[in-house]
Amino acid sequence: MYAYDEIDRTLVNERVSEFRDQVKRRLSGELTEDEFKILRLQNGVYLQLHAYMFRVAIPYGTLATNQMRALAHVARKYDRGYGHFTTRQNIQFNWIKLAELPDALEDLAKVGIHAMQTSGNNMRNVTSDQWAGVAPGEIEDPRIWSELIRQHTTLHPEFSFLPRKFKIAITASDHDRAAIKIHDIGLRLIKNEKGETGFEVLVGGGLGRTPFIAKTIKHFVHGRDILSYIEAILRVYNQYGRRDNIYKARIKILVHELGIEKFSREVEDEWQHIRNSSLQIDDEVIEDIRSRFTYPAYEKLPHMPDELRQAAADPDFEAWRKNSVAPHKVQGYSIVTISLKPTGGPPGDATAEQMDALADLADKYSFGEIRVGHEQNLALPHVAKRDLPALWKALDKLGLATPNVNLITDIIACPGLDYCSLANARSIPIAQELTRRFANHELANLIGRLHINISGCINACGHHHVGHIGILGVEKNGEEVYQITIGGRADENAALGTLIGPGVKFDEVADVVEDIVEAYLALRERPEELFMDTVKRLGVEPFKERVYATR
Amino acid sequence: MTSPLEQKKIKIAGPSVVTANRTWDGIVVYRTAAKSWSADLSEAAIVRNSDEAKALLAEAVADDVGAIGPYIAPVQIGDDGKVLPGNLREQIRRTGVTIGQPAQV
Ligand code: HEM
Ligand code: SF4
Repeated sequence: MYAYDEIDRTLVNERVSEFRDQVKRRLSGELTEDEFKILRLQNGVYLQLHAYMFRVAIPYGTLATNQMRALAHVARKYDRGYGHFTTRQNIQFNWIKLAELPDALEDLAKVGIHAMQTSGNNMRNVTSDQWAGVAPGEIEDPRIWSELIRQHTTLHPEFSFLPRKFKIAITASDHDRAAIKIHDIGLRLIKNEKGETGFEVLVGGGLGRTPFIAKTIKHFVHGRDILSYIEAILRVYNQYGRRDNIYKARIKILVHELGIEKFSREVEDEWQHIRNSSLQIDDEVIEDIRSRFTYPAYEKLPHMPDELRQAAADPDFEAWRKNSVAPHKVQGYSIVTISLKPTGGPPGDATAEQMDALADLADKYSFGEIRVGHEQNLALPHVAKRDLPALWKALDKLGLATPNVNLITDIIACPGLDYCSLANARSIPIAQELTRRFANHELANLIGRLHINISGCINACGHHHVGHIGILGVEKNGEEVYQITIGGRADENAALGTLIGPGVKFDEVADVVEDIVEAYLALRERPEELFMDTVKRLGVEPFKERVYATR
Repeated sequence: MTSPLEQKKIKIAGPSVVTANRTWDGIVVYRTAAKSWSADLSEAAIVRNSDEAKALLAEAVADDVGAIGPYIAPVQIGDDGKVLPGNLREQIRRTGVTIGQPAQV
């Protein structure tokens, strides 16, 4: 867990009273919507189809149980009893009333939660691996660095008025769970030959209308130089962003237009000017942040407790354990992923009751800590293995033990036309139908790891470009039409998917996905060959043939 | 449904209304002939040509305290005179999400 200091608490409280005043002036007509819009966006308030939407930050995906209860309280008191956990370690409430928003913000501020850096053209909340601090083999807890960057960039003028929004993600493991290659800046924590901690820096990733996978700009930047290096990137970006309008866009466009070599030379020049400035980080600063992250007092526990051995006889438990439970850095403990993808449910949604009950379970079994990942799922980061059977039973009662983590029904979908005012087509009902089609757990297991991502428009909030199967809703003559891509991925080998052919209608999407899956099952060389490997080996042609042969 | 937020020219193909979201709570509202807003589509003022549409929209835009983001949306008028949303987007805005909300299932 992380303890905020006094400065942060004061800042959060000041923002609440400021916003209360702004809302009052808006409702009285003293502020027009044009004047107010930027203010509400700074506080995470969007307008959707049916109501205002309120987006709250969960920095680096770490939540204490009192914070989770506060989110449940907001869902119950100010919304319709549920919230949506998003791909950017945020939670969104879909039915908030503007007049009540200051109260909701105030209730959240009491537990140190706020909505800063969740919207607008600024530095968005720095995201990180949801297994940070507990993943085996991790170089170091990446949240320490996320927090350093957060402190430096919150409200810093260079970062508050950017040409566009700006997103950073950090990972410290070989397997990238933070999708750093689709961020404006991706940071991979590594050690150099001398054993010093630093970063491989990637730049220019992003999705949307013109998707790009980030490129490595520098193979090693020492930890103490990371702020000056990021600042150098930002300065080059800002310079071009302001000189003329062509580059008034995401950094990915600039990197693409200039080329990574030229871009990195400019950054290098800029960096040489500022690297020995006050931006150089003292060891004490890092130590101070490090000391604010506390880790549980783990017990010395056996690798294979009796409880787990006995429970292994239950096939339902085993089905859940195999997909949801991951190794922990401490022997005798596990990381448990909690699927928010029940059969027929909207991906990423949780009810207030589920949030409260999860907070209780986290107190009982996970040292009071909950994590939020970018797959629209939650995790309990420190569960003793002996408690797994009891935890599973409790989760199952809450509808939170769907054994589908990383399987075909663990779908990422944006809100789409059911909520979003920018949407061309619905996303959630497509996801719901797919979870029904593949509800048979044996079938889903047979298929193995397969990520489906769905977006309701080209803004790509559902990351469709990097789905193993990606589904993008577009509009044609007033009808919802879906374009299907395959072969994308969001991990350390990130790639953009390839379109398989003409778009298909709403009712046909699930059939098409079934066809693709059947083709894969017939084409794979052995059961261990994952969908994306088969696509890599054979290309899209055989899938295309299968899908369009009968259409 | 290309988002009407990108609506640039005012060109209407059939009966239309002006819709927006009420400022204090965000709910969907329609501009009425009585120069006010209603949550009930059947109370919406119906316009049938672009001049009427422009006038109704201008009046709606002027009432910035009442509702935000006004735009022109198509409707269909049934044989019985009942006013129905003219496309899927407007249908979802009127009747709510098509997916069942978690707290209600
Ligand atoms: C009212 C407007 C919008 C809403 C309600 C919205 C909603 C969301 C949501 C919910 C997510 C997370 C996906 C999820 O977990 O469900 C997201 C992420 C994202 N949004 Fe939006 N969005 C809006 C506008 C935009 C716009 C205008 C753009 C681009 C110009 C955009 C680009 C993205 C991208 C690229 C992501 C992926 C996050 C990432 O980079 O990791 N969104 N948005
Ligand atoms: S991808 Fe489009 S439809 Fe989906 S949430 Fe983002 S802006 Fe809305």
